[in-house]
Amino acid sequence: MQDLSNSDCIVIQGSNMAECHPVAYQWVTEAKLKGAKVVHIDPRFTRTSATADRHVPIRAGSDVVFLGALINHVLSNELFFKEYVVSYTNAATLISEEFQDTEELDGLFSGYDDDRGAYDPKSWAYASKEAEEEGGTDDQSGGEIGDPGSGHVHGEQRSEQAAGDQHGSGGPPLEHARVLRDETLQHPRTVFQILKRHYARYTPAMVADTCGISVDDFAYVARAVTENSGRERTTAWVYAVGWTQHTLGAQFIRTSAILQLLLGNMGRPGGGVMALRGHASIQGSTDIPTLYNLLPGYLAMPVAGQHDTWQDYIGAIGSKKQKGFWTHADAYAVSLLKAWWGEKATAANDWAFDYLPRLTGAHGTYQTTMAMLDGEVEGYFLLGQNPAVGSAHARMQRQGLAKLKWLVVRDLNMIESATFWKDSPEIETGELSPEDIETEVFFLPPASHVEKDGTFTQTQRMLQWHHKAVEPPGDCRSDLQFFFDLGKRLKAALAESTDERDRPLLDLTWDYPENEHGDPDAEAVLREINGFHLSGDKAGQPLSAYTEMKADGSTSGGCWIYTGVFADGVNRSANRRPGQEQNLTALDWGWAWPANRRILYNRASADPEGNPWSERKRYVWWDQAEQKWTGEDVPDFPPNTAPSFRPEPGTGGPEGIAGDDPFIMQADGKGWLFTPKGMVDGPLPTHYEPQESPVANPLYSQQSNPSRKVFPRKDNLWAPSANQPGSDVYPYVFTTYRLTEHHTAGGMSRWLPYLAELQPEFFCEVSPELAAERGLENGGWATVVSARSAVECRVLVTERMTPLVLSGRTIHQIGLPYHWGVGRDAIVSGDAANDLLGVALDPNVQIQESKAGSCDIIAGRRPRGEALLRLVEEYQSRSGTTALTGNELRTTGDGS
Amino acid sequence: MGFWRNQLAGPTDPSRDAAWDDPEPRKGFFTDTSICIGCKACEVACKEWNAIPQDGELNLLGSSYDNTGSLGASTWRHVAFIEQTSDRIEQARESGSRLVQLGMPSVGAPAPASAAVGATSGAAPAPALAGVNLSDPDFAAAQATAARELGSVPDFRWLMDSDVCKHCTHAACLDVCPTGALFRTEFGTVVVQDDVCNGCGYCVAACPFGVIERRDGDETVKNAGIAQKCTLCYDRIGHDQTPACAQACPTTSIKFGDLADMQSQAQERVDTLHSNGFPEARVYGGNQHDGVGGTGSVFLLLDEPEVYGLPPDPRVTTADLPDMFRKAGFAAAAMLAMAVAAFVGGRK
Repeated sequence: MQDLSNSDCIVIQGSNMAECHPVAYQWVTEAKLKGAKVVHIDPRFTRTSATADRHVPIRAGSDVVFLGALINHVLSNELFFKEYVVSYTNAATLISEEFQDTEELDGLFSGYDDDRGAYDPKSWAYASKEAEEEGGTDDQSGGEIGDPGSGHVHGEQRSEQAAGDQHGSGGPPLEHARVLRDETLQHPRTVFQILKRHYARYTPAMVADTCGISVDDFAYVARAVTENSGRERTTAWVYAVGWTQHTLGAQFIRTSAILQLLLGNMGRPGGGVMALRGHASIQGSTDIPTLYNLLPGYLAMPVAGQHDTWQDYIGAIGSKKQKGFWTHADAYAVSLLKAWWGEKATAANDWAFDYLPRLTGAHGTYQTTMAMLDGEVEGYFLLGQNPAVGSAHARMQRQGLAKLKWLVVRDLNMIESATFWKDSPEIETGELSPEDIETEVFFLPPASHVEKDGTFTQTQRMLQWHHKAVEPPGDCRSDLQFFFDLGKRLKAALAESTDERDRPLLDLTWDYPENEHGDPDAEAVLREINGFHLSGDKAGQPLSAYTEMKADGSTSGGCWIYTGVFADGVNRSANRRPGQEQNLTALDWGWAWPANRRILYNRASADPEGNPWSERKRYVWWDQAEQKWTGEDVPDFPPNTAPSFRPEPGTGGPEGIAGDDPFIMQADGKGWLFTPKGMVDGPLPTHYEPQESPVANPLYSQQSNPSRKVFPRKDNLWAPSANQPGSDVYPYVFTTYRLTEHHTAGGMSRWLPYLAELQPEFFCEVSPELAAERGLENGGWATVVSARSAVECRVLVTERMTPLVLSGRTIHQIGLPYHWGVGRDAIVSGDAANDLLGVALDPNVQIQESKAGSCDIIAGRRPRGEALLRLVEEYQSRSGTTALTGNELRTTGDGS
Repeated sequence: MGFWRNQLAGPTDPSRDAAWDDPEPRKGFFTDTSICIGCKACEVACKEWNAIPQDGELNLLGSSYDNTGSLGASTWRHVAFIEQTSDRIEQARESGSRLVQLGMPSVGAPAPASAAVGATSGAAPAPALAGVNLSDPDFAAAQATAARELGSVPDFRWLMDSDVCKHCTHAACLDVCPTGALFRTEFGTVVVQDDVCNGCGYCVAACPFGVIERRDGDETVKNAGIAQKCTLCYDRIGHDQTPACAQACPTTSIKFGDLADMQSQAQERVDTLHSNGFPEARVYGGNQHDGVGGTGSVFLLLDEPEVYGLPPDPRVTTADLPDMFRKAGFAAAAMLAMAVAAFVGGRK
């Protein structure tokens, strides 16, 4: 994080960093004081914009056009970092002849299957030698080049399991390590030429007409980032959920990754694409996941029918033939199973692989909510989550909770998700009544973070230990104690069971030391995560690196990427040597996975010969005398692989990494401009409009992401988009967000007077022009209506909201912070902005589109009781929306 | 005579004046509004440390992101939010350029003692030049226009300023306090003793910045009826701790330290901003020739003080005492003379 202070230019896009990550923002301030340029690209002028050199207003959901135009600008004007691009990316790699671009198919890539609404990525593969008779320099000739899609799930199920997210820290496996490359970049099927053609229509004029960004503003940003990239200078891109919460979210991030690779900003100090995470340990909750489709360390969750045997599974998660460290995925998986089932996991029973549940489909939070409505879910645990306020389509969430048999809420306060049965808006409208709700709610008080030991893993993948300051009061218990105790009770209850399905629970290792209050020792848990040697002369000793993990059952470890945090028996997450006593990299503060490395792929900070690109941007380099990599950080490379090293063709694993393959987790060692595999909705980012949009896609008749996840339901209606009849009923764009003063759904802020008084009421932000158009007054009331619901809020009329002019047409955007909810227990309450949202998801990661929607706004407060429903229905009927509206995946003709 | 005069106005060392034999270096804040992100962590940290109750009625004020309104008995740090369009930004640059033309008051620079009376705010031209208009308004306007043409005047900006008690050299609140509840600490700061204050409220009217107030509320509210304000965390700085607000500030917008150091940091930062093309930057407070003898809290502002709700020309009430006494003396003398004259006349 502190590396941002090394940046010469910082572009913050899809994030309101100063408001939502104020502590991290100190490094932007630091960079700025050192002379860096800071640009903020956002629909609203926020507190981030206030300290940036320039704010560029953008239409919500149009970021790929803007970034694509920057890519086009960089390519057409030869502004890319040529040596870096040729050596370190797959720009020179040839793609299969089968591949067809969206530019050829009016918005679809080759391989689209209408029946499944999903792609078969087979045709996106790297080119094979056999098909390659007519040209291309084959620098690593020979060898089979398998179909990178084979052995993997395709279609419906593939997309259902959110495949993109499974690859977390590394790229997805390819069956081969050898590719065809043309380092002159001239071959028409090189990634470079495909990229050039793909983004040719992304011009400043297109940006003006689609994003509402002036040609001047575009030129300013283009100049800022290109002048501040190259050997001597680096630019960083910073994003948060303003990018992820779209039906195309993962591709927004991919677009910036392409741009940063072209500019040579990856793996270098002051460069990179920085994902900001919005909670204290949300990074930790993906590393050791609370996600349904992942096991710890980004190992895939096995899928029924695809990974029925251990061999199927191991073959799918890491091919032995590809380059890099994912080839040892079997060692990571065996060590995990040994950590969970200990002695019971043996070679004979495939390390208890069959104890793992198998996925049968998507079980994300929204699918689960819909399953609740269908009566398929009996019980639910809520820990630190307030979906009745904080999740998209909060109405659907509350109605789902009302269908449960039991609900456990562990929260610091009596949140709306615990009291929905007596005071939710649906009680007022008469849709629900307390007498009819059968959900039994168990409210359990938790210990706060100062009342328990543990780690936080933050944005920078850094684990920081927090020590218990005071004992939790009364009946409050740590989450660790709650789950440990629950596990013990379940084991006791099933102790006599002979049912096979109870074996995984009964055989689970569950033996942490406890203190006098029964609270398990958090360090013992971290030690288990780090892993041990189980046999040999080091038996019982902690592992010091994941490279020590074995697939033969002689090691255990709960999360391979965390191995090393307890190296030599020392809790390194508790390291606290002050920053001023070390250099800026501060390796003795906390511990960052993997291997305490602070910048990933930092081999790229040196040129192909291993020398720093420049003195100014010196970071990691090859020490010729010592014959090893060294520098400011832990080198992210096999320590003694010389820059000139070239492996025997076809060598897999870390030994297959050439001296100039800095992206060691990718199957070919290169940064991927084009993703032959891993993204389910296309190998290149292309612009699609949000699920609800007043604008027609200017590029293709394919309006929205053709592989997004939609849920055609009567309780999940959409405003007609673009120029369809009825779209004028919901003419405005709304976007939801957080404020500094509150935390997400308010569970930790609306109950505290010091925070509640700072932002006491739900408000909307509108431009003076929209206020005039709709008769809204600053400080007055407004009702915002979407195709799902209507909410009331106070009005802030502000110049910070800018009406955008797109091809002569004015688009107004409305800002809605989402912290408030309807209930009686908090100090401040109000309607929930999330009631307005529907559910449509990104296919890669199943994230909802909550950053762009369509609405109307009228002056005054909303109707009460049943009249509210009638208002929403009246709008729906006027717009003509039905369960099918907006849910047609393919809108382009039969261009196949 | 000069010494006595400086007990009421002008440059002096307030700790020594308050009879501290061996005072600590005078402490103060430097609040750099150019890097403030308006997160209000200072407001919250202050309330947390000082156990200050909820302020106000939990209403949206409709005043940008400010729902606190002002400093008061239950808000000792207050972040102001000011939204400005390019016209106002240009005016700020013009007024800033004029200050540059005149030479910013260099902090602690010697100035004629006579200038003490009638000094304007710290942000204003050096007192020696007051009334002498050396600036060329056309030049300033031209500069602003040029900046706009270069695109360096944005269409919009959002100013944020975390305001706090100024801990004045001549603190009106302290001077008028009849009970001795307000006192000058060894750090040169001004602190209320809750258990001595009788809630008379003289200080409230006396403060030229509108900082100190009596706390509203019934007996359940801590210190209800008592005058309350920032203590510059007297209970922290005495133990070598940073005041809560400065400690919490994520961007180092609030700095704490020896006042002299804060003043020079402020001047340095203004110089940097000027050379970076922000002529609107200026120092507020800290000019010992201003109406309060200089403040213990120094600010870097990006517009005129009024824009932030700060008085452009704060003046301690006691500064007028000599004049008032002189006039009262003249009046008394005149009356005496008349009385004498009457007697003398009556004898006739």
